[in-house]
Amino acid sequence: MRFAPRPAEILLQALVLGAVVGVLLFFLHTARERMAAQGIPFSFAFLAQEAGFSLSEGLTYAPGEGLRPYTPSDTYWQAFLAGFLNTLRVAVAGLVLATLLGFAIGAARLSRNPLARGLGFLYVELVRNTPLLLQLFVWYFAVLLKLPPVEGALRFLGIWLSQRGLFLPWIEATPKAYGFLLLLLGTALAVWGLRRYLWAKVLLPLVLLAGLLFLWPPFNFLLPERTAFGVRGGLEVSPEFTALLFGLTVYTAAFIAEVVRGALLSIPRGQWEAARALGLDERTVLRVVILPQAVRIALPPLINQYLNLTKNSSLAVAVAYPDLFSVYNTIANQSGRALEGVLIVMAVYLSISLGISALVNAYNRRVILRWGV
Amino acid sequence: MALRLVWIVMVFLLGLGALAQGSRLDVVKERGRLICGVNAKLPGFGFLDEKTGKYAGFDIDFCKAVAAALFNDPNKVEYVPLDARVRFQAVQNGEVDVAFRNTTVTSSRDGAAGVDFLPVTFYDGQGVMVKKGRAKTLRELEGATFCTTQGTTNEKNISDYIRARRWANTRVLTFEDGQKVMNAFLEGRCDAFTADKSQLIGYKGTTSNPEALEVLRETISKEPLAGMVRENDSRWRDALAWIIYATIQAEEYGITSKNLSQFLKSDSPEIRRFLGLEGTLGKDLGLPQDFAQRILGAVGNYGEIYDRYFGPKSSFAIPRFGTLNALQRQGGLMYSPPFR
Repeated sequence: MRFAPRPAEILLQALVLGAVVGVLLFFLHTARERMAAQGIPFSFAFLAQEAGFSLSEGLTYAPGEGLRPYTPSDTYWQAFLAGFLNTLRVAVAGLVLATLLGFAIGAARLSRNPLARGLGFLYVELVRNTPLLLQLFVWYFAVLLKLPPVEGALRFLGIWLSQRGLFLPWIEATPKAYGFLLLLLGTALAVWGLRRYLWAKVLLPLVLLAGLLFLWPPFNFLLPERTAFGVRGGLEVSPEFTALLFGLTVYTAAFIAEVVRGALLSIPRGQWEAARALGLDERTVLRVVILPQAVRIALPPLINQYLNLTKNSSLAVAVAYPDLFSVYNTIANQSGRALEGVLIVMAVYLSISLGISALVNAYNRRVILRWGV
Repeated sequence: MALRLVWIVMVFLLGLGALAQGSRLDVVKERGRLICGVNAKLPGFGFLDEKTGKYAGFDIDFCKAVAAALFNDPNKVEYVPLDARVRFQAVQNGEVDVAFRNTTVTSSRDGAAGVDFLPVTFYDGQGVMVKKGRAKTLRELEGATFCTTQGTTNEKNISDYIRARRWANTRVLTFEDGQKVMNAFLEGRCDAFTADKSQLIGYKGTTSNPEALEVLRETISKEPLAGMVRENDSRWRDALAWIIYATIQAEEYGITSKNLSQFLKSDSPEIRRFLGLEGTLGKDLGLPQDFAQRILGAVGNYGEIYDRYFGPKSSFAIPRFGTLNALQRQGGLMYSPPFR
């Protein structure tokens, strides 16, 4: 049941809105005036200029070349993009890991096992009561950089682990990779479609074999190798990325654990008792009765934690990871375009945050539809 | 009604903005103390001494020189520590009156960053530091990982250097400040620390075993360091420029903090003018008539300032003779336009 707002209320709201917009416009206007007075035009034209500085890691898009590693001869917008993709990379990985860890810790805090409960409590209190920045320094300087130097790197199965990072064997698609995948897909479809015909059972393996010979090798194996100064090749996971990922994951997981614990505790005991009275075993009670309700309660505060994680990733420069904000700092200094740059950065973080909210809200709606209100 | 109020507030604020148009020189005099942007973490240039809680360093002495010239008291300075990334904004916004913060003069900074530079106080050049035995020359560092500080010219110079030589697999890691670069470098995360040579020498001196580190001989860039002020304030810039020139001129004349009293008895009209005993040089610049005397009394001449932090007795010892930082007549670039 809703009341229609009175005209006076509408007027008041319009005035407040007008004042807010007015103040914002005023700030923008004065900033531009003062900049113009100092001979600094407000313009985004600098984005097309060559950036000229290096990033330690990061992919960017180049017209005609697709996604490829960023180089100093790229433009400022490509540098921004590389920073954005780096932010996205650490944020997405962090969201997944923090959720898993958070649910595990949250569950541990409600466990009947006193040891698990105690450890969960200790974890949450220790982690959420110390600043994230400090934790990042600990991960980077006191943990990851204390790994053995390259000379004494830990090696197993072609994997190299040292203070210069983790290097894994990796594959790289050759131009034949698309054909190869199509061949596999086509054969699989043919096997299914022609499964009733005897001749197909003879012919298809032959076709597959011929195709494989023709399209080999679809992938190149990239093995990490020792160079004069370190390790190169394969898939590289830098200590900077790892430190930030660990820091964000561990920190956010503590908050997620509390959200999960709170959500589970908020389900009335009657629900448990009623479900058990129906003869359901504990696992089914949790899966069918408790979790569907708890997830709905947990989702809105969970979004907050996801947004916090994403925004906290802007502390990256503390551990030398070139995320969006770090790249912005360099660009602002090299180009002198601080205001334009910060507007871009704000717009990007806003978009990421709204995107995450939209995704989780969509999931929320689906959950409501499936399980009812 | 409320709308009208909003308009009144806006007009008032606009008016305030328009008021703040006079020279910073008058603002500083009125305030009675100088707000000086400095580096708090660079031994030798600007460093917050944890034991005494006081700032000390080559750049700091120029803040003191300005305060001495204006207020006859080198301690009437409020220091604002600036990191490399925010220094230009701080000057642009007028958050600091002047920044003496080991900043390289470049065309793009002068043009796009909205600042004006003062005369160069230190001619530096970018170098590379490695752990001893790692490399003898810069050329051997292809494929190495370089660490540097964000928001510096060093960041771009090293990229240019690597690009010009088409070095493969060479990385650049950028940290927030020099101290963190140093930590990562000592831990072994990077093979080389690149920064202005004076900084490298400064950081090298802070380690427990400086002998284990080596600053390579090569210099890869020109790094003339100077103070900076907000753009388009000629009166303020002029006053500061001549305060700096005064320290150099004094050294050219041979006037130091110790022999100042003898020079006050000098008959030379040139020196009498310089020290404010005759003429109106100081007043014309908007400074006290005896500003040169005040500077000399507080921090001494350029050579004294240099020796205090980089002289043979200091912990960093950067030789001056024969370098660009020597007086012009000794083969350097330090030279003051005439005071007349």
